[in-house]
Amino acid sequence: MITTLLISVLVITAIAMVLAILMVIADATVGNYGEVHININQKKDLTVRGGQPLLKALNNEGVFIPSACGGRGSCGLCKVRVIEGGGAYLPTELPWISDEEKKENVRLSCQFKVKNDVSIMIPEELFSVRQFETKVESLVDLTHDIKQVRLKLIDPPTIDCKAGQFVQFQVPEYELTDEMVYRAYSMASIPSDNTHVELEIRQVPNGICTTYVHQHLKEGDTVSINGPYGDFFLRDTDRDMICIAGGSGMAPLKSIILDMAEKKSTRKVRYFFGARSKRDLFLLDEMKAIEKDMPSFKFIPALSEPLEEDNWDGEVGLITDVVGRLTENASESEAYLCGSPGMIDACIKVLKELGMPEERIYYDKFA
Amino acid sequence: MNEMLFPIAVFFAAAFTNNILLTNYLGMCSFLSVSKEIETSAGLGIAVTFVMALTTALNWVVYHLILVPFELEYLRFIVFIIVIAAFVQLIEMVIERYSEGLYFALGIFLPLITVNCAILGASLFMVIRDYSFITTFFFGLGSGIGWFIAIMAMAGIRQKLKTAKIPVGLDGAGIALIIAGFMAMAFMGFSGMITIS
Repeated sequence: MITTLLISVLVITAIAMVLAILMVIADATVGNYGEVHININQKKDLTVRGGQPLLKALNNEGVFIPSACGGRGSCGLCKVRVIEGGGAYLPTELPWISDEEKKENVRLSCQFKVKNDVSIMIPEELFSVRQFETKVESLVDLTHDIKQVRLKLIDPPTIDCKAGQFVQFQVPEYELTDEMVYRAYSMASIPSDNTHVELEIRQVPNGICTTYVHQHLKEGDTVSINGPYGDFFLRDTDRDMICIAGGSGMAPLKSIILDMAEKKSTRKVRYFFGARSKRDLFLLDEMKAIEKDMPSFKFIPALSEPLEEDNWDGEVGLITDVVGRLTENASESEAYLCGSPGMIDACIKVLKELGMPEERIYYDKFA
Repeated sequence: MNEMLFPIAVFFAAAFTNNILLTNYLGMCSFLSVSKEIETSAGLGIAVTFVMALTTALNWVVYHLILVPFELEYLRFIVFIIVIAAFVQLIEMVIERYSEGLYFALGIFLPLITVNCAILGASLFMVIRDYSFITTFFFGLGSGIGWFIAIMAMAGIRQKLKTAKIPVGLDGAGIALIIAGFMAMAFMGFSGMITIS
């Protein structure tokens, strides 16, 4: 009996060991690509370990490419032009790359692995993206599932950004993730307060970053972020504006509107905010205060399923219906949308039906 | 049956009469989830064939040279799984390094295959049916090709389905399972041509 047990344990261990040794050998020989060089914009030269994804290699060297999904190949944001040493496209890149981008050798940097020397081109402004060490100054529950996280910048002490842009939040290893990951969140703070960054983070069941923020993060903790990224910011025109958001899509629009109020803008702004019931609404007082400050601004919250105890006398219905009902002069306005992909697609459809040209609809989709 | 011909007979039987997917219903999960496009189905099908032929042969060696002498046949499930997982990982590394074309064609499917029950199924059938090494290799290859044929047929039908009117409740996995059932019935037409036990 004992011998049988011993033999079976020994045999399994031996088989596993042989396979493990084979893997280690393979990793050191076949999987070892040595050191490779990355040339950026013909200016900067980096030496990195070969075989890793370009996004990660650049990140480790302090060059930050925006990515909302954290390198899983599901957001399509981390595009980079690889002008030399690119090789063929991977099937995982193709859904994100258009035919024009193929001609320009645009690659998805989280999927493209650096195995030999490459030369890449990135937008100049990405060099101004920085990694910030910050401290959690306050954590406030805005609703039952949205938390406002206010970060004080420590090093470097200030950030230069436009209202509506986003930063990436670094989640350390903890029970839901065995490696450090990044997730993108829009800044809700006003750019003139350049020593703080405010994020509004909604709890997603089992979301790696959201669970970390909602259940583990405490005031006084240190957090690393990098940024700013993104082309979702106010366009310098004097057209009337229609803003539409849902849930934590509030963040970038709040930043844009605070910025406008501070600059005494007189542009006419209608801000439609969609929620299910009253418990999903937040920052109502702040919005009222801005309305007082900036007479051309109007905040229009709409509930799709108001509860009886809500005593709601505002707008009722899906946000798309409310926008459709209350929007005039769409063809001469521009729109700023932030929310889930489903909401944004539906809103774009409604705005186009109202006569708004598609190129004047700016949006920030959650990935 | 003629000793020389037996592996060939097993090969055809594994591909048609005893198709691992349509008669044994193994490897269903990837069959249902990846059969939406012909191109990706072909990639997955080729990868399954490749891995199945090699891992069944490898598992034959492990089984007959290690497990049988130590009388540890009952450990075959876990040992086969370990061997398949490690082998697939190694193959992925080698392909990534040395064959760019093959990596692009198979690379993303290989990790998916480690958990494909058809692969483990083929190794277990090989033991139950007591095949010789040569027969085992042909059996693995035939099973893989059978799986490839089945997923290609499914992908072809599903591409046509995109333009068909399907009752709302059946859209997606529902209609796919019904189609798989019809295909299995069609494959019953092959039965009796060759028998393997």
